[in-house]
Amino acid sequence: MDETDTTLVRLLEENSRIPTVELAAMLTLPAAEVEERIRALQAAGVIRRFTAIVDRARTDHEGVAAILELKVSPERDHGYDRLAERIARFDEVRSVRLITGTYDLHVLVTGKDMQEIARFVSEHIAPMERIRETATHIIMKSYKENGTLLLSRDAGGERQPFSF
Amino acid sequence: MRDHVSRAARAIPPSGIRRFFDLVQTMDGVISLGVGEPDFSTPWKAIDACMYALEQGQTSYTSNRGMPALRERITDDLARDFGLSYDPETEVIVTSGVSEGLDIAIRAVTDPGDEVLVAEPSYVSYSPCVTLAGGVPIAVPCIARDRFRLDPDRLMERVTPRSKALVINFPNNPTGAVMTASDLKGIADVVEDHDLVLLSDEVYGELSYEALHVPAATIGALRERTITLNGFSKAYAMTGWRVGYLCAPIELADAALKIHQYVMLCAPHMGQVAALAALRSAQAEKQAMVEEYRLRRNLIVAGLNRAGLACHVPEGAFYAFPSVEGTGLSDVEFAERLLAEEHVAVVPGSVFGAGGAGHLRCAYAVSREDLSEAVRRIERFVAGLGEQAAPTLETGQTAD
Repeated sequence: MDETDTTLVRLLEENSRIPTVELAAMLTLPAAEVEERIRALQAAGVIRRFTAIVDRARTDHEGVAAILELKVSPERDHGYDRLAERIARFDEVRSVRLITGTYDLHVLVTGKDMQEIARFVSEHIAPMERIRETATHIIMKSYKENGTLLLSRDAGGERQPFSF
Repeated sequence: MRDHVSRAARAIPPSGIRRFFDLVQTMDGVISLGVGEPDFSTPWKAIDACMYALEQGQTSYTSNRGMPALRERITDDLARDFGLSYDPETEVIVTSGVSEGLDIAIRAVTDPGDEVLVAEPSYVSYSPCVTLAGGVPIAVPCIARDRFRLDPDRLMERVTPRSKALVINFPNNPTGAVMTASDLKGIADVVEDHDLVLLSDEVYGELSYEALHVPAATIGALRERTITLNGFSKAYAMTGWRVGYLCAPIELADAALKIHQYVMLCAPHMGQVAALAALRSAQAEKQAMVEEYRLRRNLIVAGLNRAGLACHVPEGAFYAFPSVEGTGLSDVEFAERLLAEEHVAVVPGSVFGAGGAGHLRCAYAVSREDLSEAVRRIERFVAGLGEQAAPTLETGQTAD
């Protein structure tokens, strides 16, 4: 990845729907090269997919999300990887991270309601071998997701249409 | 009743964009490229520091010169970035924006009848400030062929025995032009040969996209005769806080300080707190804004050139300055019709001095979405002008 790729990734990460012609203008590249670079970044696994950040509180299908913290006994030769990958394969699981501190794995889980999450955790996660302890935190409100503020739109102050 | 208004106040021109303002008020959906201020909010670290200071009751006057910690930080940064040495105790004044800094700097050096050279196109306040100080503003044109840099020969042509000072602003509002070290060397020779004071407004210095900004005071012996003006409004998106500063050798700083303490007392305390926090901890946020401006610049320059408005690549500030030559319209006509027909607001270049005629100032400190839409509308507008002209051409061809 060169400097142009780094800028391209940053721009797409912020807004994946920027038209190619605009990317081309900003990066002072031909449009075809921009498309080629995006394809190459996808092929290399740098860009995994294009998606949208949704403020669930503003949808009719809000659902519930919870953070699970897991204490895990690592396996000889594999450490935390095999267990973490098993957990990651569940559709209910949105993210899995190995962390420092009191707990080892930090897992984000979503579900229809609290019961669904409770059932999923108690039936599928908690009984797994090597998991010594779990702590489940229901998310009450989200203020920022993936670098995007979810606050009520700030007024931002009116700018005059002209100034020198 | 006699005329209560002073001759000086009568002599300064009213705002050149008043009628545009009035027109915009009557319209919906206007995209304005007319605003010379960042669309970003001030970095949160500066706002947060200010809120904390307010809670602590930091609401008093500060020293006339400004908070000592802010002055020290300013001089430390100038030493670190440019090797410029100023004494924070005696050679720095924190001002209420660069606007105040300019006013007190001009008044500190201008006697009645003195000529003050102003490189144009320029920010609109320079000449009126000279007039209000009793001086005579003398425009020195910077032209498109020179990529709007100030040419030493053109400067020489305007110098007379009455010349006292020269006002420059690079990176430039409205053209986006920058001066390299060697460009400035040519100017320095003229300034020194004619014993002028240099007033250098460098508020856009940190918005330099191709090379590191070169402060005029770093060139030759200019530091000893230069008042450098700078501020936080543009680089840190802090227009409403009203904080700037000037750096000058002690005798010029002392003179400016006397005026500053009578007219302003001190710059706003809370603004100074926020400015200090911005210098200390919002460097990454500033860099991100600079990078965003650079991308937007590329976007608007490509769009304007596609529309058929020749536009040099501005190397600094956040203005594109395309030419409307070839559209058959003057800059004022173009701007008025563009606003009326496509609801895009730009500023006619002639507002910034005669040298700006035939150009438009398009500020790209607006969101990319708005910028792209504005460019689409400009393209459509220019294409429409071509179609209006086309029937004549076709008639001519069929007659052959």
